[in-house]
Amino acid sequence: MNTESKRKRKAQARPWVLVMALLVVGLAYSVVVPPSSSAETEMTQQIEEGKAIFDVSCSSCHGLNGEGLSAGPSLIGVGAASVDFQMGTGRMPAARGEAQIPAGEVVYSQEQIDAVSAYVASFGPGPAIPESSQYDPEGLNADEIARGGALFRANCSACHGIVGGGGAMPEGKHAPALGDTEDVHIYEAVRTGPQQMPTFSKDVLEDDDVRQIIGFLNTADEAPRYGGLGMGNHGPVSEGFWIFLLGIGGLSAIAAWIAKKGAGAR
Amino acid sequence: MMAKPTTVVEDRTDLESRPAEHGAKHPAAGTATWLDERVGLGKIGKFGLRKVFPDHWSFLLGEIALYTFIICLLTGVFLTIWFKPSMAETFYDGSYQLMRGIPISEAYSSTLAISFDIRGGLLIRQIHHWSALLFVASVTVHMLRVFFTGAFRKPREINWLIGMGLFTFALLAGFSGYSLPDDLLSGTGLRFADGLIRSIPIIGTWAEFFVFAGEFPGDLIISRLYMAHILLIPGLLLALISAHLALVVYHKHTQYPGAGRTDNNVVGYPLFPVYAAKAGGFFFIVFGTMVLFGGLFQINPVWLYGPYDPAKVTAGSQPDWYMGWLEGAVRIFPNWESHIGGTTWTWAVFLPGVGLMGILMTGLALWPFIESWLTGDKREHHILDRPRNAPTRTALGVAGMVWYGFFWIGGANDIIATRFELSLNAITVFLRVAVILGPIIAFIITRRLCLSLQRSDRERALHGSATGEIVRSADGGYDEDHVPISDGEQHALTQHAQPKVLEADDGSGPTGVPGPTKVSKFRATLSRWYLGSQILKPSADDIDEANHHEAQHGVEDAEARRELD
Repeated sequence: MNTESKRKRKAQARPWVLVMALLVVGLAYSVVVPPSSSAETEMTQQIEEGKAIFDVSCSSCHGLNGEGLSAGPSLIGVGAASVDFQMGTGRMPAARGEAQIPAGEVVYSQEQIDAVSAYVASFGPGPAIPESSQYDPEGLNADEIARGGALFRANCSACHGIVGGGGAMPEGKHAPALGDTEDVHIYEAVRTGPQQMPTFSKDVLEDDDVRQIIGFLNTADEAPRYGGLGMGNHGPVSEGFWIFLLGIGGLSAIAAWIAKKGAGAR
Repeated sequence: MMAKPTTVVEDRTDLESRPAEHGAKHPAAGTATWLDERVGLGKIGKFGLRKVFPDHWSFLLGEIALYTFIICLLTGVFLTIWFKPSMAETFYDGSYQLMRGIPISEAYSSTLAISFDIRGGLLIRQIHHWSALLFVASVTVHMLRVFFTGAFRKPREINWLIGMGLFTFALLAGFSGYSLPDDLLSGTGLRFADGLIRSIPIIGTWAEFFVFAGEFPGDLIISRLYMAHILLIPGLLLALISAHLALVVYHKHTQYPGAGRTDNNVVGYPLFPVYAAKAGGFFFIVFGTMVLFGGLFQINPVWLYGPYDPAKVTAGSQPDWYMGWLEGAVRIFPNWESHIGGTTWTWAVFLPGVGLMGILMTGLALWPFIESWLTGDKREHHILDRPRNAPTRTALGVAGMVWYGFFWIGGANDIIATRFELSLNAITVFLRVAVILGPIIAFIITRRLCLSLQRSDRERALHGSATGEIVRSADGGYDEDHVPISDGEQHALTQHAQPKVLEADDGSGPTGVPGPTKVSKFRATLSRWYLGSQILKPSADDIDEANHHEAQHGVEDAEARRELD
């Protein structure tokens, strides 16, 4: 009986030993390994939040793991900057497939967009959301802004038109107007090449170049409209339209009045 | 002056010579007499000031063209004071900050200086450009007026040809002008012209070398265009305008049909004072309108386009409106190209670019002669056609406008695509069909409309104007009363000649005597196509009969009423 009771006692103690052992190991681990930062916890939390939004709003086109489906491209390696651009300009989530997804109302808060960005960034390395020092044109001098204009004309105006008024592309696509686009989104578009746009790497356009381009666009946008009303701002097309409508039309009306007026032979 | 009574001369001083009394004379009379004695002012004045012109708003379209040309001359002189026609490179240091330190040409730099650093420069530049657009526009609309009213017919064929010359030089004046500032847009336009020149088979490349003094863009084209723009073309325009107006005076102005107007008179008011006031006033209205345009509406903001660089073309690059249809034709044309024995034949540029302009200009220039060949009409015409009375001509004109219009839309295809959210490709496919089917449909519809209008004219001439009063007769029928139209209107509705279709004639009359004209079967067929569908205008007998019939109606109505009483 003695041995039996001993064995019984031992059997009863076994879980406790296990618990004690785990406790010791756990405590030892917490001593050896530095305590996990709150930021990291937040990061994990953010990614989880992002995943929750992603699963609901993005996965039907881009796949549950962002691997891409027939309706939407793979998001592995597109980077946080791409998500910040697409969602920050209201292009994503897209309501339907189109020749090109247009900018629209931004449906998520910046916090939520950051969460999805973090989640998508976790798929694979890609361009990160830029620091404001990378895109903010603050502090550029006039020469640098003028140089931004030259860079814009060389690299961007072929599609976006003069001073970013936008332009047409084949099959119903278009290069959008840049007047209302945020500085950060211009930077992100340059780096990630959304939709039809080519990607401009840092080897092609350095961060300072992009800053100068953004500085040029902002300055040109704020500049007074020298010379009067733009009348549609479509260059010679609107000019031709108005010279016929107001020029020929208006003067013909006046001509009719003159021909009827006073001593006239009718 | 009142005659003085003769007096007995007592005082010797009365007999001495003294200056003539000028008390009641106009202050300008002295100058007028002085000029009259030297250059025959009186005769010129008597001829010129009493010259009679007819009144119609559409006769003022050509005046708009003349006035905008004058405005262009005046503002152009101002611009030449500051513009430097040089492609030498400089660094911009003017007051437009967004171009600071950028290497640009002297031409572009001086255009920016005119726009930003010279007092009133931008206003004058904009007035100049708007007036140039209106100049070409009014020349075109004036030409359409002349075409649709048949004012090009004998004896005015030569003046029509001079007009074609004016139209051509107006286009060249505009094109050479907007190519001068050497900004990105103007350079792109020059690149387009360069493409057209190079597309000419065999000699294209050499022609390009000749125009640009080497490969495009070279460094001479701006100064060459400048010479053409400020000397050669305005000189030719001035000469042609003088000839154009001299012929208008010589032929006398055409007039619309109306009571008392014949091919042998002009009904209107004299140049002085009526038209001097009207035309003079209209000049200032046109000038004022252009100043308003220049002051209120931005045109060709060269500072936004940046300096020209052959490596750059921006989205939304378009030529000024009068080159737009060629631009459109090139945009929608299929990309045909063939290589024959080491030479390249770029049909895709040559046919729409050079070919279409050739077709339009040749077609328009030959039209007066083609029409007289079709109708066999060799008489003089000073009374204008109402467009409905020349249905095939009117239909051809509208078809041509529709044809031009669709090419024109093609020139703005990218603007239309972005503005109306359409696919560029869909626009191209649509236009390729529309430039062919559109004119045909327009021709059919217009000719039918003209014939319907002729029918309604006939009805009106025969039965008068509907009063809108519906009268119920005793037996319950309803009838609308008509009142006879005025004699003047009756005349206007029926005065036109309806030329007969030419019948094929081998030149020998029925009796073996040679006939007056030989008419081939081909010519007779075309003549039937051109003149075949006309609604016969009522003859004097028809109208008399109709009047009698109406009168009969009146009597019957009166009898019916009496019976009711």
